[in-house]
Amino acid sequence: MDHPALHGHSHKTHIEGSGGAGHAGYGAYGVGFALSVILTVAAFYPVMVPGTLPAGWIAPLIATLAVVQIFVHLVCFLHMSAGSEQRWNVTAFGFALLVVFILIGGSLWIMRSMSQGMADPDVPAVATQGHGNMSGGNMNGM
Amino acid sequence: MLGRMTLADVAILDSPIIMAAGVFMALVVAAIVGTITYTKSWVYLWKEWITSVDHKKIGIMYIIVAIVMLLRGFSDAIMMRAQQAMAYGGHAGYLPPHHYDQIFTAHGTIMIFFMAMPFMIGLMNIAVPLQIGARDVAFPFLNSFSFWMTAVGAILVNVSLVLGEFGQTGWLAYPPLSELKFSPGVGVDYYIWSLQLTGLGTLLTGVNFFVTIVKMRAPGMTWMRIPIFTWTILCTAILIMAAFPILTVTFGMLSLDRYLGMHFFTNELGGNQMMYVNLIWAWGHPEVYILILPAFGVFSEVVPTFSQKRLFGYKAMVYATVCITFLSFVVWLHHFFTMGSSANVNAFFGITTMIISIPTGVKIFNWLFTMYRGRIQYTSMMLWTMGFMVTFVIGGMTGVMLALPGNDWVLHNSLFLIAHFHNVIIGGVFFGYMAGLTYWFPKATGFKLNDSWGKASFWFWLTGFYVAFMPLYVLGFLGMTRRMNHYDNPQWTPYLWIAAFGALIIAAGIACTVIGLVVSIRQRHLPQNQDVTGDPWNGRTIEWSTSSPPPFYNFAVLPHVDALDAFNETKKRGLEARETPVYSDIHMPRNTPAGFIMSVAAGIVGFALIWHIWWLAIIGMLGVVGTFIVRSCNDDIDYYVPAAEVARIEGLHNARVAQLELTHVA
Repeated sequence: MDHPALHGHSHKTHIEGSGGAGHAGYGAYGVGFALSVILTVAAFYPVMVPGTLPAGWIAPLIATLAVVQIFVHLVCFLHMSAGSEQRWNVTAFGFALLVVFILIGGSLWIMRSMSQGMADPDVPAVATQGHGNMSGGNMNGM
Repeated sequence: MLGRMTLADVAILDSPIIMAAGVFMALVVAAIVGTITYTKSWVYLWKEWITSVDHKKIGIMYIIVAIVMLLRGFSDAIMMRAQQAMAYGGHAGYLPPHHYDQIFTAHGTIMIFFMAMPFMIGLMNIAVPLQIGARDVAFPFLNSFSFWMTAVGAILVNVSLVLGEFGQTGWLAYPPLSELKFSPGVGVDYYIWSLQLTGLGTLLTGVNFFVTIVKMRAPGMTWMRIPIFTWTILCTAILIMAAFPILTVTFGMLSLDRYLGMHFFTNELGGNQMMYVNLIWAWGHPEVYILILPAFGVFSEVVPTFSQKRLFGYKAMVYATVCITFLSFVVWLHHFFTMGSSANVNAFFGITTMIISIPTGVKIFNWLFTMYRGRIQYTSMMLWTMGFMVTFVIGGMTGVMLALPGNDWVLHNSLFLIAHFHNVIIGGVFFGYMAGLTYWFPKATGFKLNDSWGKASFWFWLTGFYVAFMPLYVLGFLGMTRRMNHYDNPQWTPYLWIAAFGALIIAAGIACTVIGLVVSIRQRHLPQNQDVTGDPWNGRTIEWSTSSPPPFYNFAVLPHVDALDAFNETKKRGLEARETPVYSDIHMPRNTPAGFIMSVAAGIVGFALIWHIWWLAIIGMLGVVGTFIVRSCNDDIDYYVPAAEVARIEGLHNARVAQLELTHVA
């Protein structure tokens, strides 16, 4: 397939040459795997062994560890970096973050506002609070 | 064996209207099959069209689907108008509620998903690769797959007419009405699966064109030299990639509710139907900009060409397009101001909605200033454009009225809203696509559309639109809500009769379009209808520099772009200054039936899931996955057109042009 006349307009060359994954060898995979295991265990441990942490800390901790793990996967497994050949991957990732922020952030804002608006003002505050939490829980389930 | 299908589901047996429609459809299909068999065209059809990965042919097929579905969607419209004109007081009209509800659901679904979307994707298929000087799209096989998914979705919708029913829920199928409890039949399932199939096709098209525009532009075409239509398609592709997954997921959750007894959107067990409304509009609002941005792109090509001067404010146009792209993603709540969010939330989305009118206004002024002191040629395309500018501004203003939450609380779900969105979709989207069809028709086929019929169509559409929809604004103020099967207010009747008459005028417009197509095809060999040069309108962008229709490889020698409106610059320098071209081998994708087979199999999966025929669903799924695996293992997907062959094809073309020019002189 040694044609001089491609002008860079072969579909194949385009896709393969467009700076997809770099090939970093197995080292990155090992580090990524180890970090993933640690992060996963760290998330499971306080849930499985009650008393490790105050109950209120567990959910934020799990969320934080999940976000950290997303980045571990991106860097170690998907080889995302700040390098120039990675520009489109990083752009796409930024785009995804923006969409997630608008969509999930917006939906949470809208739905919470709505469930607050629908709370019954005659019900005592404690019960209203409970109702709000329940709706919040539903939203997380979405 | 056949799931929940029974003989009673063959709907043509119980209603004369559906029976007539079914018989008509059967006759049309029989006529098409008969003609193809009689002319022995099956092999040709298979080799040249069904398995084709050529973006130009796929574009033409998309537009054929759009026009067929336009006829279907419009017959729904005229039935609704007739029903509402009749069904006053003691008169029940001629459509029972369950049938009427299916018709308004089908009308909305078809017009957006199976008319507007295929029309837009067809235009972008024909024009974009040519405008950027590419040989095809980035993923030609995927493109074929996308088209056939859309076609199969359209077929599923039409099957619902005779076998079972369609949704009776309105075009967005809000729960809890669309849940199993209130819609136990197959209607909502037809809706879900036809839209899932076409939605997947659209998403892949978005990816395909994004990559194509980013990666395959001709040498020298920097970002600020991209033709405006391609810019708008780039932004549309971005919106598609952002929005269509939301649609897929939302329908997926509704399916889980309906098929597996989950409760995402039910009233029971902590479900929340408002989440569906929220999610579906997070797709739905970007969707309307997915439709309108390409129309803006068409106008931005038509106005400079027929004003014979460069576009006023190219950069402003690009930035306005990008602004609209972003803003269109943060306005979705204005579709449900009345759902009960706080004043802060409503105010935020009200304000973003009003802001979006600013970049749109910039565009209107850009087109006006382009026309200012231009030598305007009043072709049908220019008429569509000017009709658009007036009509769309009115629709935009009623949109800003609705963007005020206080106003919206009065007008929500009234016919005022119906008038507003038809005002922008007909006056904006549809007029734009008609202009685009007329504009690129000679490029795709090699002959021009008859402009007299085009102008007639425009005038019928324009007057028909105003007669049909201005009364709806009034009816909205008079308190008439949408989707009414029957009403008791005598004040409304005259307006509904006027609106029905307007629909008849629009019918004349559609008839003119169809007649115009037939006349143009019959008279295609007349010298004045032929597009010999490939540049019938004195165009400015490089799609006009190749022949009409272009050879399958688009450009014998890839153009080098050194300016905005590159072809216009070339012409100014003198077309004939080009030296004898040096041809080289051209790398092209091979045709493949894989996209067609996978889509048909996916259609079988959809059909089987609708009717709960599980064994058939499994077979269909195996067909999809199996074909995909076979296709993935095939390395023989491309080939080279030798330079000698290119030279031969170009030689034939040049000889034909020379001969036709001789005939012209004679």
